[in-house]
Amino acid sequence: MWTAVLVGSAACYGLKLVGLSVPERVLADRRVQRVAGLLPVALLAALIGLQGLTTGDRIVPDARLVGLAVAVVAQWRRAPFLVVVASACATTALVRVLA
Amino acid sequence: MLRAAAGIGAVTGAYGVSFGAVAVAAGLGPLQACALSLLMFTGGSQFAMVGAIAGGAQPLAGAATAVLLGVRNAFYGLRLSPVLGVRGGRRLAAAHLVIDESAAMGGAQSTVAAGRLAFWATGSAVFVGWNAMTLVGALGAAALSDPAVLGLDVAGPAAFVALLAPRLRDVGTWAVALTAATVGVAAAPLVPSGVPVLLAAGVAVAAGLIRRGPVAGDDLDPHPVGDDPDPGRGPR
Repeated sequence: MWTAVLVGSAACYGLKLVGLSVPERVLADRRVQRVAGLLPVALLAALIGLQGLTTGDRIVPDARLVGLAVAVVAQWRRAPFLVVVASACATTALVRVLA
Repeated sequence: MLRAAAGIGAVTGAYGVSFGAVAVAAGLGPLQACALSLLMFTGGSQFAMVGAIAGGAQPLAGAATAVLLGVRNAFYGLRLSPVLGVRGGRRLAAAHLVIDESAAMGGAQSTVAAGRLAFWATGSAVFVGWNAMTLVGALGAAALSDPAVLGLDVAGPAAFVALLAPRLRDVGTWAVALTAATVGVAAAPLVPSGVPVLLAAGVAVAAGLIRRGPVAGDDLDPHPVGDDPDPGRGPR
């Protein structure tokens, strides 16, 4: 675990430093910029699905889905960030208690 | 502006509590949770890593997911470097503070001097708030017998919903998001953990190379603060 913490941290820091250090033209290619813009979109969407729907290598729809639905509604209603997260957690916990 | 920076730091701190708690619930020690906030210091990546580990991924596979999500910080740095004009040791320090909030604040000022001040003030405020409250959250969760009872396993995905929403600006980004989520979930039972996220990244690469027209999902441009309803959302 410590290896992952330190390696991951070093790589993330390296990415930040590269951005401040390289000449602008290196990353100015439009295709590179498009991919870089879409990367967080694809990753965040996939992580929502994976961390909300799967447990290990199985697809397990459970109380998390109800919490996520509440998060989506809260976000759609432009609730503050903390409200989005807290309402999802509280809903998930509540569903587990009731179930 | 300094008041705005302090406010962002305070709000981020509240979010840091949930990271500390989620990390401990995922099986990291409080020290490891704090090390991530101190050393990795980019909240979206940190949530992605501990969420993957909680879902059964190997720690290094979780770290790889974190690094992929951290790629955007390189592009923030690219936009910030003409504003900051830092070299040597100051560049090394500035790099650590390159996150969504500091990039947004630093890039939204009308003069170079104001941009520098906004970057350093916001980055420092978030660094202090995020780390202090990670410690609080980690120790709090460590004191609970079963943190899962609080529904903390959904905090990461819920945070990702809030981070994703402002990036869904057109049909193209929606298509990429839905395709990536479908591919990721469908692949989960078939391939080793960590691979579904790589396949989702592949969707972004393919879409970015194929599509024409304007730069999609343009988060390379740190959002002007006025454009962002809530800039204090954790060092994503």
